[in-house]
Amino acid sequence: MLNVGQLNEGVVLDHIQAGKAMDIYKYLKLDKMDSCVAIIKNARSNKMGKKDIIKIECPIEELNLDVLGFVDHNITVNIIQDAEIVQKKDLTLPKQLVNIIRCKNPRCISSIEQELEQIFFLADEEKEVYRCKYCEEKYRSSAKNNK
Amino acid sequence: MRHVMSPLDFSVEELGQILDLASDIEANPQKYAHACAGRKLATLFYEPSTRTRLSFEAAMLNLGGSVLGFSSADSSSAAKGESVSDTIRVISCYADIAAMRHPKEGAPLVASMKSGIPVINAGDGGHQHPTQTMTDLLTIRSLKGRLDNITVGICGDLKFGRTVHSLIEAMVRYPNVRFVLISPEELRIPDYVRDDVLRKNNQDFKEVTRLEDALPELDILYMTRVQKERFFNEEDYVRMKDFYILDKQKLTLAKPDMMVLHPLPRVNEISVEIDDDPRAAYFRQAQYGVYVRMALILTLLEVKVC
Repeated sequence: MLNVGQLNEGVVLDHIQAGKAMDIYKYLKLDKMDSCVAIIKNARSNKMGKKDIIKIECPIEELNLDVLGFVDHNITVNIIQDAEIVQKKDLTLPKQLVNIIRCKNPRCISSIEQELEQIFFLADEEKEVYRCKYCEEKYRSSAKNNK
Repeated sequence: MRHVMSPLDFSVEELGQILDLASDIEANPQKYAHACAGRKLATLFYEPSTRTRLSFEAAMLNLGGSVLGFSSADSSSAAKGESVSDTIRVISCYADIAAMRHPKEGAPLVASMKSGIPVINAGDGGHQHPTQTMTDLLTIRSLKGRLDNITVGICGDLKFGRTVHSLIEAMVRYPNVRFVLISPEELRIPDYVRDDVLRKNNQDFKEVTRLEDALPELDILYMTRVQKERFFNEEDYVRMKDFYILDKQKLTLAKPDMMVLHPLPRVNEISVEIDDDPRAAYFRQAQYGVYVRMALILTLLEVKVC
């Protein structure tokens, strides 16, 4: 396997569905951070066959990990301190998403009032359905497989 | 301070209290004639809706209050690009309560988040129209004496009809309500109502195509308009349209105490020849709309009348 250097402090996101690393990169807004980020695509995995991995060198509190629960709660989050895994974080579906996804309903007030926060609430935990706070439109995206 | 965005904002108990108040207003209008003296209702209508706006205004005037507002976006500061949030902050300085109709879904909710006064959703696009649903509930309760143990037929455009979806959502909360959903195949209720509301609540319902087949068992018939543009082709429309016109002949199949409701405006789905039939309740329904809005205004302004 390709070797990427160890982290001293940061987060390793493991078991990302192969091909989805860049989606996670965007959701976590890593493009706007100065931190060192390594993206490994299509790594071999006994569990998944192929997987993506992201290593991020930054303090944990700088990342909004709630969003990962929304994107894919099967991702393993390893918190690294002093080059050791100190915690494996379980992901749950966040109750609310703020400015993570946008409402696609053209009839929604958020489509014309640009200063409004894009807020979605977890409407059905079992079916993993999020709805827009304003118009209650169900969120649909290819990244979420139209859940 | 409380706002009203959806009929489900109220528990069954709270809704019962509002309907009780509306019934008391109907019985004793004089008692409430000055209840809101000195109070102002702002009607913020970003799109025309004569009936709903006049119903709100009549409600406030009946309570001795006064009204101000606008009846289209063109005649408001929205035409200059003002946001809903800014508008409601300003209106909060002028009025005690606001009713907002807006073509964009969620606009009244956005207003409520910044408002210093109670906001009532008077219809936001195809989303919610709580006072119509409360009107329907008051009409049914007043004319039938109950909201439970009842068979409700809903006829026409069940796919796009906002009032239909809201009425179903509101009525599944009462025990032993049975729905007969009467529509052409193309205009059946959407999956989310069938699955997330009816089936999820183990609701007794059936879907039929012909109005005549359903009529004999109904306690309430809620009519809506079947619009030509909803059909894929004209042939289907011509074939189906008469099925959904209620006339004198079809009404002979109904129980003598069945009530016919319609959110209005009607076009031709209810023949004028039945307007004088005691079962035709749609104009009385408009009157109940005023009573329920009066009750809602009193409730939100926390005005007690002894």
